[in-house]
Amino acid sequence: MKISLNWLKEYVPIDMAVSDLADALTMAGLEVEAVEDRYAHLETVVVGQVVEVLPHPNADRLNLCRVDDGSGIVPVVCGAPNVTAGVSAPLARVGTRLPDGTLLAKTVIRGETSEGMLCSEIELGLGLDGSGIMLLEGDFQPGLSLKSALDLFDYTLEIGLTPNRPDCLSMMGVAREIAAIQGIKMNPPVFSLPDTEGDIGALASVTIEAPDHCPRYAARLLEGITVAPSPYWLQDRLRSVGVRPINNLVDVTNFVMLETGQPLHAFDFDHLAGHRIVVRTAADQEPFTTLDQKARRLSDQMLMICDGEKPVAVGGVMGGLNSEIEDSTTRVLIESACFDPISIRKTSKALGLNTDASHRFERGVDPDGTLFALNRAAGLMAELGQGRLVDGVIDEDCRKSGPLTLSLSVRGTNDLLGTDLDRDRMAFLLESIEFTVQDKGGEALEVRVPSFRVDITRPQDLMEEVARLSGYNQIPTTFPVLPAQGTTPSSMMVRRNQVRDILCGFGFSEAVNYSFISADSSDRIQLDADDPRRHHIALLNPISEEQSVMRTTLVPGILEAVQRNIARQQNSLRLFEIGKVFLPQSEALLPLEKEMLVGIWTGRRAKAAWHTRETACDFFDIKGTVQGLALALGLTSLSFTAVPDGQCRYTRAGHTAQVLEGGRTLGIVGEVDPEVMNTYNLKQPAFIFELDLEAIGRLASDSKQMTPIPRFPSTARDITVIVDQTIESGALLNAVAQFGEKLVEDLYLFDVFAGDPIPAGKKSVSFRVVYRSAERTLEDETVNEIHHYLTHRLITEFGAALPV
Amino acid sequence: MENTLERIYADAMEALASAADVDAVNDLSIQYLGRKGRITHYLRNISSLPVEERPQAGKRANEIKRSLEGEFKNALTHLASVSKTATDRIDVSLPGRVPEKGSLHPITQITNRICSIFSQMGFDVVEGPEVETDYYNFEALNIPRNHPARDMQDTFYVSDNVVLRTHTSPTQPRVMEKQPPPVRIIAPGKVYRCDSDLTHTPMFHQVEGLLVDRHVSFADLKGTLTAFIHQMFDDQTTLRFRPSFFPFTEPSAEVDIRCVICRGKGCRICSQTGWLEILGSGMVHPAVFENIGYDTSRYTGFAFGMGVERIAMLKYGIDDIRRYFDNDYRFLSQF
Repeated sequence: MKISLNWLKEYVPIDMAVSDLADALTMAGLEVEAVEDRYAHLETVVVGQVVEVLPHPNADRLNLCRVDDGSGIVPVVCGAPNVTAGVSAPLARVGTRLPDGTLLAKTVIRGETSEGMLCSEIELGLGLDGSGIMLLEGDFQPGLSLKSALDLFDYTLEIGLTPNRPDCLSMMGVAREIAAIQGIKMNPPVFSLPDTEGDIGALASVTIEAPDHCPRYAARLLEGITVAPSPYWLQDRLRSVGVRPINNLVDVTNFVMLETGQPLHAFDFDHLAGHRIVVRTAADQEPFTTLDQKARRLSDQMLMICDGEKPVAVGGVMGGLNSEIEDSTTRVLIESACFDPISIRKTSKALGLNTDASHRFERGVDPDGTLFALNRAAGLMAELGQGRLVDGVIDEDCRKSGPLTLSLSVRGTNDLLGTDLDRDRMAFLLESIEFTVQDKGGEALEVRVPSFRVDITRPQDLMEEVARLSGYNQIPTTFPVLPAQGTTPSSMMVRRNQVRDILCGFGFSEAVNYSFISADSSDRIQLDADDPRRHHIALLNPISEEQSVMRTTLVPGILEAVQRNIARQQNSLRLFEIGKVFLPQSEALLPLEKEMLVGIWTGRRAKAAWHTRETACDFFDIKGTVQGLALALGLTSLSFTAVPDGQCRYTRAGHTAQVLEGGRTLGIVGEVDPEVMNTYNLKQPAFIFELDLEAIGRLASDSKQMTPIPRFPSTARDITVIVDQTIESGALLNAVAQFGEKLVEDLYLFDVFAGDPIPAGKKSVSFRVVYRSAERTLEDETVNEIHHYLTHRLITEFGAALPV
Repeated sequence: MENTLERIYADAMEALASAADVDAVNDLSIQYLGRKGRITHYLRNISSLPVEERPQAGKRANEIKRSLEGEFKNALTHLASVSKTATDRIDVSLPGRVPEKGSLHPITQITNRICSIFSQMGFDVVEGPEVETDYYNFEALNIPRNHPARDMQDTFYVSDNVVLRTHTSPTQPRVMEKQPPPVRIIAPGKVYRCDSDLTHTPMFHQVEGLLVDRHVSFADLKGTLTAFIHQMFDDQTTLRFRPSFFPFTEPSAEVDIRCVICRGKGCRICSQTGWLEILGSGMVHPAVFENIGYDTSRYTGFAFGMGVERIAMLKYGIDDIRRYFDNDYRFLSQF
């Protein structure tokens, strides 16, 4: 909300610099977000004395003026009829930006140079007169800044009000806070009403049929009104806080709302059928056109202000086009009402209409302030519209609750705040913002809450006021008394960080992608039609199509990250991400959130260096990463086997392994499918893994048991067998391990070869078996016997042959 | 004669001391120990000595011969190694084989740091769901439907009753429902708001804190957060607490720190104010305790929440919030 310093000064003297005021308001909970000099545009406007006026040689209506600007004589072309030698007027120098946005430059007007502009009131935003230049009466030195000459100083403060402080959505409300800060009292506006005639009761009536929506509705009537532009002072007040003037009646309703916080509405009384106001809810689907000329459909939840026949306003939100003030209006009914905040908010949301009025009503206006604002507006309208005020006020008041009194425990307050304030101090602070403290001499203060503080309903609300007014920074700084207590982070958190550190050590950098992805990502990564990951949690109000559903896999996000990097010439990437996927559960309100791990490697394995050429990464790099991760986590029994074709279509057929542990799939590792690469515009192979991090976390183990260091030497023997190409070498190794020979200590593959002299369709696989006994040095015969046995089992079980 | 023998020895040692290379030593070896060498010559002529001197002279001559043989051999070994060192050198300025280094995302690093500071103060780290019910995200936190406080956060809706959590605060009621006081938790995680521009991303990270016990005061909140800020930044960092509004705390406070960039002089980062908003906090609102069923006459507590991106920006000088989720390798690898 914008406030004007000069306007505030109508209600409270302000004896501090504007920057100090801004700080003080901020520290009182009214955060000042910006301070602007209202007359900043006048910095380059000075008093100019017209020395000489000559007719423009090429234009009848223009004059060539020579103007003393204090530092010299400047030529100015001027078309104003009232420019004569000897007068002083505002001279806007070159570089000035006028309120209408014009930037003054040195120009040539019909062949004559003009360096600046002699300005009218309206051009400077200082008045309404545009008929000629603004003549400055008085003895001003040429060159004196116009701001100093006319004492034009005002600041606009932008306050970021929290929703609990509707009382400060007004000049008076902010003035009250400033008064409290300065330890003085605020002065409400003093006004008197003109003489009245007639009787409103005989002319108009108000009926509230929906008291839950509208607890109070008051009205006054004016006759013989002339609709006209508002006087300058009123227009200036409105402009100072960014409100556009319209006419004297509408401007008064806005002015009083800004002054008091009470939204008002002015009806053309002659457009109210039956001269009645009926406050009721709308009929469902009832059509209505609001002041902004939009045709709307109402619902039976919406509160309408109606006349004898039809709706004339959406209560507390916006008036109707059918009863708006027109130039011909002479009789005006002013509405000052109190509406239910929830009702207003629902209506405003349903219609998508957020107005100054609805903004205030949905936060809560002062139910006791209704008549003050009504009379204030009536008085101003009678004066500015030169009309007659009809005697009497209609005030339908259906309020059920009266003023609130709360009991504030002094000790309880000090306990909560950690302070040592005495009861007098607390009473003083609360009274400074117009709370009434009824001193009963007991431990507690009986505090009457002023009606404008609709946010105060509990003792804790008062404690906050005490804390706020005494100053948060006056409250001591202490430590809670904490029992010494060790904390155990959840194992998932430990594992997650462990995985991060391990992958970092492998040269992978951590990415964080958005949790929402495009709905067509499933197509982009070729998920099967019946893949459960096609079922997304969809957002009702996404920001864009690209971020419209919650991810069910981390793959699209990491592929997009790679795509973006490659587009920026970052061609060698090792990235991983840990994050949740969201899987809908039919019987539960919330989806299953599962933590996954994705990693991708593309580009080089090793940079070109003095000792090596650059090499590209391949499947075995990414597989090795997964294996290394598993080893570091203590997962000793992972296995890798080819994924059946078609089971994972975002990776390349024949180049993808599933990662298994005890028969359970933990994820996949493979090369990104060429089609998917096309989709993501990737021109180079990329290798990816996606793993169930929660399963890995559960399998990981920290338990360690030392085994004795062997005392006897080991013996190694190699086996080379020739098998069908289709047999996975892993199967051979597994088989040997499964034969269960106790003396086999280690087993590893060291060569695979296909091609001449190996027959077509076959390959030779060589691995080394390391034998050791914990009890003795093995003899050759023993080892040979076992080795022979292993070899022959392989031959029988895999149809293997020995090399020739 | 003896003098002659000792003379030969002294000459040999002197010559060896100045022998610069292998050839010189080999020459000396021939000159003294060769077939025509001076020692050999001496031994050959020993019969010309008086009979009584011969045994003594022969013994001494052989001693000297063995000694010189040893000296020459040592000199040759030493010179060989010297000459090998002269030619067999590596260029140690060539780059080593450096293992590739990965980096943890700055959000991870800052989150871990925050959690570790609070862990040391005895806070348990907990986590909660990111897709959340309206109840935990709003209602339980004293943010009823149709309350203007809902406008403080632009919410992504999944359905009428399900939202993407707009803050980490739903972990508060979730934890309190499961355990009686005392409660001391910290809850990091992703949060979502329907807002995307230069200074907002629709997803970001927060860390929530909650402490509930007997006799917990606002002063304790100030002390705890001051200690945190001093560890997170440095112990010279000035803080200020200023009144604010959150529906689930009362009194509520925003915590500002003296701008770490300009030290309070005013700069672009702090919008010329000299202060940076860093945390939202307050005493747990009694309505929240009532929703949980905690006895408000026995227990009080404080809660706080902070944006991780904001702290990371200050710690690392990151100038654009959108960088966090763009995953540019040149950005990620800097941390």
